[in-house]
Amino acid sequence: MSYSPLILSLQIATIATVIVFFFGVLLARLISRKIFPGKSIVEALILLPLVLPPTVVGFGLLFLFGRNGPIGRVLWEWFEFQIVFSWVGAVVAAVVVSFPLMYQSASAAFQNYDHNVENAALTMGASKLKVFFTVSFPLAWPGLLAGLVLSFARALGEFGATLMIAGYIPGETDTIPLAIYFAVEAGKMEQAYMWVLIIVALGFSSILWLNWWTKRNVMAFRQTK
Amino acid sequence: MLSVSIKKKLKTFTLNLEFDVDHEVTALLGPSGSGKTTTLHCISGLEHPDEGEIALNGCVLYKNGEKPVPVQRRNIGYVFQDYALFPHMTVRKNILYGAKNPDQVVPLAETIGIGHLLEEYPGQISGGEKQRVALARAFATEPELLLLDEPFSSLDVKVKKECYEELLRLHKKWSMPIILVTHDREEAETLADRMIHIDHGKQRVES
Repeated sequence: MSYSPLILSLQIATIATVIVFFFGVLLARLISRKIFPGKSIVEALILLPLVLPPTVVGFGLLFLFGRNGPIGRVLWEWFEFQIVFSWVGAVVAAVVVSFPLMYQSASAAFQNYDHNVENAALTMGASKLKVFFTVSFPLAWPGLLAGLVLSFARALGEFGATLMIAGYIPGETDTIPLAIYFAVEAGKMEQAYMWVLIIVALGFSSILWLNWWTKRNVMAFRQTK
Repeated sequence: MLSVSIKKKLKTFTLNLEFDVDHEVTALLGPSGSGKTTTLHCISGLEHPDEGEIALNGCVLYKNGEKPVPVQRRNIGYVFQDYALFPHMTVRKNILYGAKNPDQVVPLAETIGIGHLLEEYPGQISGGEKQRVALARAFATEPELLLLDEPFSSLDVKVKKECYEELLRLHKKWSMPIILVTHDREEAETLADRMIHIDHGKQRVES
């Protein structure tokens, strides 16, 4: 039996999480505290993949990135690169389904502390970038980390959209959730058991670690006399 | 010297103020929602007025049609109502954050009576101590003007009295212009050399 589903799943989830973390934090910091017309529509669009069936997300991605889709065609004509039926497609699917979780956590995290601390830093001569990295980011970090772990777990478990856009190609797009489905289909129950155990262990330990970390590090400076 | 002459439209009224501040403690006195904090925001650069002019020691900070000096370069100390200390930094790091002269942080903390708290986090110290840390943090930036937004409102009477004396002592020592926002007339009378009443954005009496 090959270990490629484990390595592939970790690789795809890690890359997706890095992308989602960067853009999720950026977008949340830019718009979560602003009031502008159409904000609720923008936020609804961001959160949409959370409530849609993954097959619908996969269908949408297939439409966008397929050889004849608006993005897929450009990528093919300019770079001769195809996202559909490749592990990059699985990354795209994981990014889209986990982005709402990151955005939601980050958005809550940036609203969860007294904003005057940022104003105070500005009046002390700090640039906006310095304020972000020394004040906003550390204060939002517990929430951002929670979003990071949730996004990673969601990316790791992505099935429906991945199957639609990346298909099941052993050694190329067979992530653990897909491997489980096709092992069961083929009657290879032992293989399915093993992958189920591995993914449960991964999910369980990341949540356990997050809870432990939060208790240990966040409570330290929140302690009051 | 600070000179302020501004107009700013707020939700229910227009803020319309004109005053000068010299090396003295000036109190901005008025009920909640009268535009006091907005005035401080405009002076510090956190917000901008709609029109008018703000100048500090000959340097124009804001003028109609000109690009305002950004908050970071105004060199104005600001003590917020809830102190806005950085909860994830020790008292020492809070004071060091904007300090012009890092070597002076310990002597400064000792002058203000918080020398023993330098390694504590804001969550571990009392309200009066937080207030002193916020003052020390603002003083460490060596500002040309100090803005205090209801800095004593959450302290009990005994601590308040101590902090009043402390502030007057520090003002005597460093003699920089201070604007104190308060809704407490007694507080204004105890601390200020001059009072400016604001109500619904209008300046009423000057005493």
